[in-house]
Amino acid sequence: MTSKEVVRLEDVSAHYDGVPVLEGVNLSIYQDDFLGIIGPNGGGKTTLLKVILGLVEPGRGRVSVFGDTPEKGRKYIGYVSQYSLFDRDFPASVWDVVMMGRLGKTGPFRKYSKQDSDATLRALEAMEILDHRDQQIGKLSGGQQQRAFIARALVTEPQLLLLDEPTASVDTPLQTDFYELLERLKQRMAIVLVSHDISTISIYVDKIACLNRELYYHSSKELAAEDLEAAYRCPVEMIAHGVPHRVLKEH
Amino acid sequence: MLEALQYEFMRNALIAGLLAAVTCGIIGCYVIVKRMVFISGGVSHASFGGIGLGYFLGITPIVGALFFTIASALGMGLVTRRAKITEDTAIGILWAMGMAVGIIFIGLTPGYPPDLMSYLFGDILIVPPSDIIMMLILAVIIILVVVLLYKEFLALSFDEEFATVVGLPVERLYFLLLILIAFTVVVLIRVVGIILVIALLTIPAATARRFTHDLKKMMLLSILFGGFFTSAGLWLSFELDLASGATIILVSGVTFLASLFLSRLRLMTGVGRG
Repeated sequence: MTSKEVVRLEDVSAHYDGVPVLEGVNLSIYQDDFLGIIGPNGGGKTTLLKVILGLVEPGRGRVSVFGDTPEKGRKYIGYVSQYSLFDRDFPASVWDVVMMGRLGKTGPFRKYSKQDSDATLRALEAMEILDHRDQQIGKLSGGQQQRAFIARALVTEPQLLLLDEPTASVDTPLQTDFYELLERLKQRMAIVLVSHDISTISIYVDKIACLNRELYYHSSKELAAEDLEAAYRCPVEMIAHGVPHRVLKEH
Repeated sequence: MLEALQYEFMRNALIAGLLAAVTCGIIGCYVIVKRMVFISGGVSHASFGGIGLGYFLGITPIVGALFFTIASALGMGLVTRRAKITEDTAIGILWAMGMAVGIIFIGLTPGYPPDLMSYLFGDILIVPPSDIIMMLILAVIIILVVVLLYKEFLALSFDEEFATVVGLPVERLYFLLLILIAFTVVVLIRVVGIILVIALLTIPAATARRFTHDLKKMMLLSILFGGFFTSAGLWLSFELDLASGATIILVSGVTFLASLFLSRLRLMTGVGRG
């Protein structure tokens, strides 16, 4: 393996108010990975991303991000969170919001530079929402907002992109576009995509992990039926890879 | 109004009102968009503890209020961020404790109790020039900090989590914003009083928000509204011999309600969009 390791989790456990959310998680992410993490709701997917970002302190275990602590290494990460809980009336345009991704590069007491606005322009163009640059962020449709938030993550010039349920607010026809976009982005950065929906992501990602408190991962796209069953706690019907897997509920 | 301005106390009152408009116009926008109305209410009521302390120590009450208000703002920030209790519970407790401290200190101070009404409900007509100088200094500090950290405060208000990830010192910025709120409260105490401060922190900004979706424009509009509210309220209170603080608040509130009503009316008649 010549590819550089960008994130390494060793025996990581995390709790929320005494309830274990992650247990003994080991995970290595490499610089050219396009990794999908699936698992049921409440399985700890968001917590796992927040541990990598240093937003949640693990109770046990070691986390290394770009060879450093998460707090220092996260400047190389672009993050798109699951819910954008912002106020729909918030007085900021799409441009203002995407520009926020440049804050780490500009530093305090200074105005945004030409470089910052160039990067913002490119990201808006890449996400095909340049026409909406002056619109209020809350007035965009769900899919357009999602694009704006990905643009905001891209202007940080990340080497790793973390996406939490990115298609939750996107209509199905738009989702195909969305994955084609990720195909392009993965040439430039590692991507980790988290979703509770196996069928859509498994077509596109190169590797799949399964998370339900414990992580089942073999650094490949193969998932053993036992793993899925262990993770989802229900019988799973496996179909040859390349074709969407399906999870069947027991009646 | 012009003849009223022959009096020095009226000129001072007008200046105090305009300074109040500038500070609450700027900081009120953050209070509204970052949803800090309740914590601001807590900070302003707790400042009563500082007024009491000022009397007790024999220093200018408003100076006592400044330090006490900063301390209680930071205290509320710390408790709401770090302690494992709900934010509004913590604020409710500190809100009442601050006022209780004020009453105790005033009780302990020998001699006649001071004119509490003017601190609780404001009396813009008796603002001494020394207070105006302090209000001016605080207003200048507020403007400077907001100009220097505008983009940081915008990101903090919009999405703290993302701001943390891109490397902003989110907690320190939040505490700084609380200190600016404390400054604003102290500026406003003289104008409308502790109990009515929250109205001037919210109404001009909330009115301005109905007309723009750009934070800078919202701040400018909010300053204009604040200026109109304080000077119109002052003039009305002078003409009709009413309490100045309460008149300013009623002018503000009525204007806000009217703007709500007008935009509904426009919506119903289909002229323009609200």
